[in-house]
Amino acid sequence: MSVLGLFFILVAGVATLYLWREGVMDRPWLEEGEVTAISRASGVVEPPPAAKVGLVVFLAVAGCLFSLLVMAFFMRMESPDWRTPPAPAIFWFNTAVLVASSAALQTAYFAANADEPERVRALLLGAGAGAAVFLLGQACAWREMEASGFYAASNAANAFFYLLTGTHALHLFGGLVALARTTGKAFAAVKAAAVATSVELCAIYWHFLLLVWLLMFAMLAGGADGLGVICRRLLS
Amino acid sequence: MSDVTIKDEHLVPPAEVEEPELYHAHTWLGKYVFSQDAKYIAIQYSGTAIAIGLVGLVMSWVIRLQLAFPGVISSIDANVYYQSVTMHGMIMVVYLLTAVFLGGFGNFLIPLMVGARDMVFPFVNMLSYWVYLLSVIVLVASYFAPGGPTGAGWTLYPPQAITSGTPGHEWGIILMLVSLALFIVGFTMGGLNYVVTVLQGRTRGMTLMRMPLTVWGIFAAAVMALLAFPGLFVAAVMMMLDRTLGTSFFMPAIVEFGEHSKTTGGSPILFQHLFWFFGHPEVYIVALPAFGIVSDLLSTHARKNIFGYRMMVWAIVAIGVLSMIVWGHHMYVSGMNPLFGFFFAVTTLAIAVPTALKVYNWVLTLWRADIHFTTPMLFALGFLVTFVNGGLTGLYLGNVIVDVPLSATLFVVAHFHMVMGVAPILVIFGAIYHWYPKITGRMMDEGLGKIHFWITFLGAYMIFFPMHYLGVLGVPRRFYEMGDTSWLPLSAVALNHFITITALIVGAAQGLFFFNLFRSLKYGKLSGPNPWRATTLEWQTPETPPGHGNFGRELPVVYRWPYAYSVPGAPEDYLPQNAPPLKGEHLL
Repeated sequence: MSVLGLFFILVAGVATLYLWREGVMDRPWLEEGEVTAISRASGVVEPPPAAKVGLVVFLAVAGCLFSLLVMAFFMRMESPDWRTPPAPAIFWFNTAVLVASSAALQTAYFAANADEPERVRALLLGAGAGAAVFLLGQACAWREMEASGFYAASNAANAFFYLLTGTHALHLFGGLVALARTTGKAFAAVKAAAVATSVELCAIYWHFLLLVWLLMFAMLAGGADGLGVICRRLLS
Repeated sequence: MSDVTIKDEHLVPPAEVEEPELYHAHTWLGKYVFSQDAKYIAIQYSGTAIAIGLVGLVMSWVIRLQLAFPGVISSIDANVYYQSVTMHGMIMVVYLLTAVFLGGFGNFLIPLMVGARDMVFPFVNMLSYWVYLLSVIVLVASYFAPGGPTGAGWTLYPPQAITSGTPGHEWGIILMLVSLALFIVGFTMGGLNYVVTVLQGRTRGMTLMRMPLTVWGIFAAAVMALLAFPGLFVAAVMMMLDRTLGTSFFMPAIVEFGEHSKTTGGSPILFQHLFWFFGHPEVYIVALPAFGIVSDLLSTHARKNIFGYRMMVWAIVAIGVLSMIVWGHHMYVSGMNPLFGFFFAVTTLAIAVPTALKVYNWVLTLWRADIHFTTPMLFALGFLVTFVNGGLTGLYLGNVIVDVPLSATLFVVAHFHMVMGVAPILVIFGAIYHWYPKITGRMMDEGLGKIHFWITFLGAYMIFFPMHYLGVLGVPRRFYEMGDTSWLPLSAVALNHFITITALIVGAAQGLFFFNLFRSLKYGKLSGPNPWRATTLEWQTPETPPGHGNFGRELPVVYRWPYAYSVPGAPEDYLPQNAPPLKGEHLL
């Protein structure tokens, strides 16, 4: 539950900061002298594109989903029947590929801002390929688990393994659809700056999923026991 | 006021808005079925929600008939009874109230009230409705599945939700879980829209602290829903895996009909945590929009500014935050660490502070106001009284030691029906009477509306007041048959009959509302653009009902807060948000 608590403190922090910046604490009735008809908060600074705000809100939702899954993981782990399966070795390779994919997208964003359409296209394709390889690698990991007899029905730890990796993979798959559309736009557009926002959104989403994956990997690879102890200590 | 002046150069020049990129429908289908216009989606959402709500109403009749006249209607057996209880709860809470407040009023009012042409992502908004419709269809399909819908109770607690012996454990539960997952996916699409539209779509001058409380309420509820629904989603997915793949997330080792199950070690309490992590915020997801709407109704129909606008906003935010950390009070009887019980009792009772603050402010808004007893006002006042009633019994149930003996009795049923059944429904009615002229351009009949109000209001009290008493006597809830009830006085039986007969009459009387609703479409008095002389932007649109794009050629510019009623020195007793400032006016 402390996982969830931390997540909510983060969300509340961001929300408070946002409200503060929007001027909810202004007291127009106390201002002396001339009062502007339109408060300074609106219209002065160029607001971020709606799609970006939408993505941030969506990340909060997805973050909540993953936090809840992790919370369930730690709560269920305390049961005596829990047997942590060994994490497949291919996870190390997958992680490296996902890091590369994320880095490629970030570089693509820089390239888009520098208006280098050729590089943007190449990097987008590379990032997409990287994510696809990661998904294939995850599928291999599933097969490996099944081949070694770690079925979902045989132990809750295995079930959580499939549930967590599966949820993450589905999110990445959704991201791939968005990335494919962005890549399509990048090939159609003459100016790379035209797709800068889309590329940026993809990059943010990829970094988020990378972070989730790193935490998840640590949890599944047996760091979970250590993490669990820390959490229990925080709680008591 | 006189020490502040507004110089002309600070006034905003006429908006120079570039032609907005609005979606325009070209086909009949695109305009009337797959519409991307938030106003149209709002009507689709409300229509679907109210239709499925009527199914929920019939379910409540089935429950009441069985409770008062057990065995008289032979087709109501134990299975049908439990299925009705389950479906009644689920439909009313999720598919009716959440959908009407957020999908219905949210879609209609947010863009109009903040001065936007539409939601920021119209296509996603349309998808949201169609996924919602699909979830309703899946839900209804469970009636036709073998074994019927699930009868696990609306909380769907495992293990009994999926063990044999519970009605609908073959197909009903699966369809229910699929339907819930779809609902959440659909809602998330809509919720993203409501939140981002409030954050990004506001017209010039519409600062956050100039938004009508309706928008604040819906906004806060949408944020909460986005964070709370994943709890139900996770619970539904995990239970689905338990049911279909035989995993043991929630399923402990059990003996079923003499056979040992293959599952081991699962934690039913884990499900309860996940479920109530959604379930409690859900109460406020329904209540916060109601709070907001009531504030606007009271202020408009009492011709007075809302008392303590900022306090009201912060109270909404505080309730939103607090309600995310009180879910454990639904689990006092599940066997928790007593320290958790203490924590949750403290947070639960702490919610009374911002809530009471809101009630005081509503009452102070009415104090020495020019109250017009219109139908929307009557419903708003009805809400106020009912919410206080339900809230007070909430204080009893929030305490662990009082909750434990009362938890399984009708007292709890009476409490939550008052606070999240009757109260929000009264607001929905009030809001429909209030905004109907904007939606259709015609007024609903006031006489019929008042009759409808008094029957609904008094009827609801006749149904739920006696239930408190029955609960204190110890009449259990959820029971299909009471068995030996010699410890109950005979008057309890008579009360039970009384409640059922009243429920049948009040339910049937809602026909009046529908009659009024449809008749007024054609024969209602023409309303003009602003029949209530209200200040908020939706009443200032050039066309009524508002056309595509809401505000004609130019978006309005907002100069003041939405509660400028009876301003001294103003030409009329209200100043619209977009009316240019008066000389020497102090703009809030």
